[in-house]
Amino acid sequence: MGARIRSWLVAVWRTMRRPSVHYSLGFLVLGGFIAGVIFWGAFNTALEATNSEAFCTGCHEMRDNVFQELKATIHYTNRSGVRATCPDCHVPHRWTDKIARKMQASKEVWGKLFGTIDTREKFLDHRLELAEHEWARLKANDSLECRNCHNYASMDLTRQSARAAEIHKRWLGSGEKTCIDCHKGIAHHLPDMTGIPQG
Amino acid sequence: MRDKPLVALAIVVVLAAIAVGYAVGRRKAPPPPSPAAETTTAYSPADNAGAPPASGQIDAIRRGIPVDQEGEPPLMARVENTDVKRNRAYPMQPPTIPHSIDNYQIDRNSNRCLLCHARANADKFQAPPVSVTHYMDRDDQFLATISPRRYFCNQCHVVQTDAKPLVANNFKDIDTILSGQIDQPQQKAN
Repeated sequence: MGARIRSWLVAVWRTMRRPSVHYSLGFLVLGGFIAGVIFWGAFNTALEATNSEAFCTGCHEMRDNVFQELKATIHYTNRSGVRATCPDCHVPHRWTDKIARKMQASKEVWGKLFGTIDTREKFLDHRLELAEHEWARLKANDSLECRNCHNYASMDLTRQSARAAEIHKRWLGSGEKTCIDCHKGIAHHLPDMTGIPQG
Repeated sequence: MRDKPLVALAIVVVLAAIAVGYAVGRRKAPPPPSPAAETTTAYSPADNAGAPPASGQIDAIRRGIPVDQEGEPPLMARVENTDVKRNRAYPMQPPTIPHSIDNYQIDRNSNRCLLCHARANADKFQAPPVSVTHYMDRDDQFLATISPRRYFCNQCHVVQTDAKPLVANNFKDIDTILSGQIDQPQQKAN
């Protein structure tokens, strides 16, 4: 029995070490190509599966806190039915940035495993810190996730209220401010904002 | 047969493609139509939608519709969002808000109104700053920040909608009354 397993392992090792002795080059290239396609498809499918609202709200931390707050806002329900899901704002759309964010998210897996925010009270205690991460990220990339949909060049200021048009022209148009500077807490409730500049 | 691994691989690929296609297709299929989707519209009292009932009695809840019938709610009023300041109807009236305030967070954590209307931010947004009285406590002492008793803006300041008033209003402000007196010669002030 031991000898049989050993001889089998040796045969596998020989094939692995010099596969072109055993299989044709065409088979190896084509097989490698197809295996690569399958691997890539599976990887991307799994990646996109973690990039869905259903995945985010699969955990009660998100479902019972931030998702409930989102539901009342214009990014969830509005007249035209266009809506933003969690990853639209919280995950970069460009591939390299997305992978970088996903690697960062391993910290969130840690938090989930050890229950960092597994009660409402713990969540509220951490809310400011979590919000500050997002504000810093959006500030650093000039509110890229906002601008994926809200493009200043495409804004018809005449269709905005006079007040909004004036302020957008003055601060956003001049590039002096970015979206997140004024629009904090548009999709979720704000934590205690004492001492934090808004606008 | 030399091609055996190739054939096996091809079969695996096809099976995988079928499985993925099935899974994707099933997820995107529309849900079956529910039988309850069609609702019957009962009695639509278009005449009673906005106008007060003929009997002269105000019936804001049922709007004159018999209790055994289902009424149709009037259209929801829209908030006036023109940014044009309105006159005050009387000297001490809290000014009304000339813009919409949907989803403005006003709680212990944050006050969205003060983002623009706070004394320190008013210039950035060209907003009318909160009155100085709102920085005074009830002993008329000035505070550095907004007085806690004035914190909840929409306790006094409200938006206006285009809703039709249910009750007619013949309120006259003091200027109208004064100008009416001036027109009468015997009550001239000088």
